[in-house]
Amino acid sequence: MTLYLVDGAHRATEAPDRPVLDIRGLTKVYGQGEATVHALRGVSLSIAAGDYVAIMGSSGSGKSTLMNILGCLDVPSAGTYRLDGVDVSRLDDARLALVRNRRIGFVFQSFNLIPRTSAVANVELPLAYAGVKPAERRRRALAALDMVGLAGRADHEPNQLSGGQQQRVAVARALVTEPALILADEPTGNLDSRSTEEVLAILDQLHAAGRTIVMITHETDVAARARRLVTLFDGRITTDVRQGGAR
Amino acid sequence: MSLLEILRFAGRGVTTNKLRSALTMLGILIGVAAVILLVAVGNGSAQAVNRSIEALGTNTITVSSTARGATTPSALTVDIAQSLRDSALAPDVRAVSPVVSTAPTMTHAGTEHPVAQFLGTYPTYFGSSNSPLAAGAAFTDQDVAQSRRVVVLGRTVATELFADTDPVGQQVTVGGALFTVVGVLAEKSSASGFSDPDDLAVAPLTAVQQALTGYGPVNSILVEATGPDRVDAAQQQVTQILNQRLRLPAGTTATGRGGGGGAGAAPYRIQNAAQLLATRTETAQTFTVLLGTVAGISLLVGGIGITNIMLVTVTERTREIGIRKALGAPRRTILTQFLAEATMLSVLGGGLGVAAALIGSRFTIVGVQPVIVPSSVALALGVSVAIGLFFGSVPASRAAGLRPIDALRYE
Repeated sequence: MTLYLVDGAHRATEAPDRPVLDIRGLTKVYGQGEATVHALRGVSLSIAAGDYVAIMGSSGSGKSTLMNILGCLDVPSAGTYRLDGVDVSRLDDARLALVRNRRIGFVFQSFNLIPRTSAVANVELPLAYAGVKPAERRRRALAALDMVGLAGRADHEPNQLSGGQQQRVAVARALVTEPALILADEPTGNLDSRSTEEVLAILDQLHAAGRTIVMITHETDVAARARRLVTLFDGRITTDVRQGGAR
Repeated sequence: MSLLEILRFAGRGVTTNKLRSALTMLGILIGVAAVILLVAVGNGSAQAVNRSIEALGTNTITVSSTARGATTPSALTVDIAQSLRDSALAPDVRAVSPVVSTAPTMTHAGTEHPVAQFLGTYPTYFGSSNSPLAAGAAFTDQDVAQSRRVVVLGRTVATELFADTDPVGQQVTVGGALFTVVGVLAEKSSASGFSDPDDLAVAPLTAVQQALTGYGPVNSILVEATGPDRVDAAQQQVTQILNQRLRLPAGTTATGRGGGGGAGAAPYRIQNAAQLLATRTETAQTFTVLLGTVAGISLLVGGIGITNIMLVTVTERTREIGIRKALGAPRRTILTQFLAEATMLSVLGGGLGVAAALIGSRFTIVGVQPVIVPSSVALALGVSVAIGLFFGSVPASRAAGLRPIDALRYE
């Protein structure tokens, strides 16, 4: 295990090509006056294509805030965020929707599937917003479900699936658009150990297939699967280490 | 994303929660149907009143006695009636028919019928009251002069007593006296709503007085003016003659409603069909307004119901909106979807409401045949659709405007 100190000069990127994700001096402030909370106090991070990064930190360290900003669900108070070379902190609502749709696949802790809607329809949703034709959409959604091992459950609604299965549907939904970046916000936080293993195995597969993955977790054994471990404390990055991964 | 695609999404949204969608539509349906149907009932009753009054003839004046019991010397007699036929004092009066009215039971060959109105009058009554004969002939002035016991039956009486056989030439017993049927009146309007205008029999005045009522005062005098535009003039002339004959101070008037009240009031009441029509129409309009108000309240309550369901739906679905935004749905697509859902619910509910009202209006409701007022259809449909769209789209637009993270965290 090698350890890098983050001071801007030595960043833990070994890939020579352009980074998928590049943030500089990101801050996020909630509230005003006495109730002001500095969730992020200047975070700089660069992630290369094909990397598998775990972000750890205690609760209140700002990791969820960072993740929401990375997923374009929230906007930073200051700093720049370049995704695939595009500065997304200056985009309007319609362009942000396009970025979320085309470049990012988001996996939530609480699954966030649309209720009373079949698994395959849930997976199709981002493709529908991308304007893919229904037949092509169905084919790709079924392929994605097959990849997470749920081809047989395509017509089940979320409440007919177990937590692990729901999360695998959510992963299928995140990867169906073939995004540059897959973001997973505590994807195993609500799962038992067997389901956790299933979901992590899928993420390993995706990493092996060359996808860029950023995952938040507070479980060290989950974080150990990643190739790079970033630790946040009190809104700042404290450690950034490259590790071997669990494979 | 194409519009068709968005509409399919909206359709899925509507069918996903069938009970909620059905209840929303039911609220709109009831509101719309109530407004259309209640206004139609009001309108129908107004039209029925108009028809029954128009059937009386529009250029007639009715003078009726307001004297009650023996305290006032009864005003109207056959003499007075005949004095109204005066080409010098009343040039605008064409015909005068004194009328006595009673309600005896008529029998024929064991069949009984309690007739609503058995009138004794002059032959001019048929022309003045706009009552042509369908079969046989009216009685004549000669019949009146000789007190001949002949009678003309209304359609209802003829059917009740004679069923399918021809009544002309047959005999009926009225209060112990035999009358020969000489004619049958043509059917008047069938849907008057209130009393049956065909439940009557008409006989010569003298015969009725002799056999049934006795030679007392008459109940009313039917005066026919020379034309619809001469009705007011004729009414004035008649009033003048009556005041003179009854020794009332000049200028006493007894027209219109409530003519009998107050000191020095005339012991008779004089009304023309136009006034009667105006009065009744006014009453009917009040009735329509009342029903419309009730219906409007039900539409308002229905509207609040729709509003509530739409608000709850969107609040509940703010999280869903957050998920959709996180997956890259543009604001416009989300708005269109929710707007389309609200449109489907309110238009479908409103359409079913109109259909329900149209079906309901084919039935007679409390004796009134409803007549749909087209503007009430447009109003009810417009209001409910507008409420549905507004309260369906405004909260959706608010939710779609949130940052995805705020919508996702919405509780």
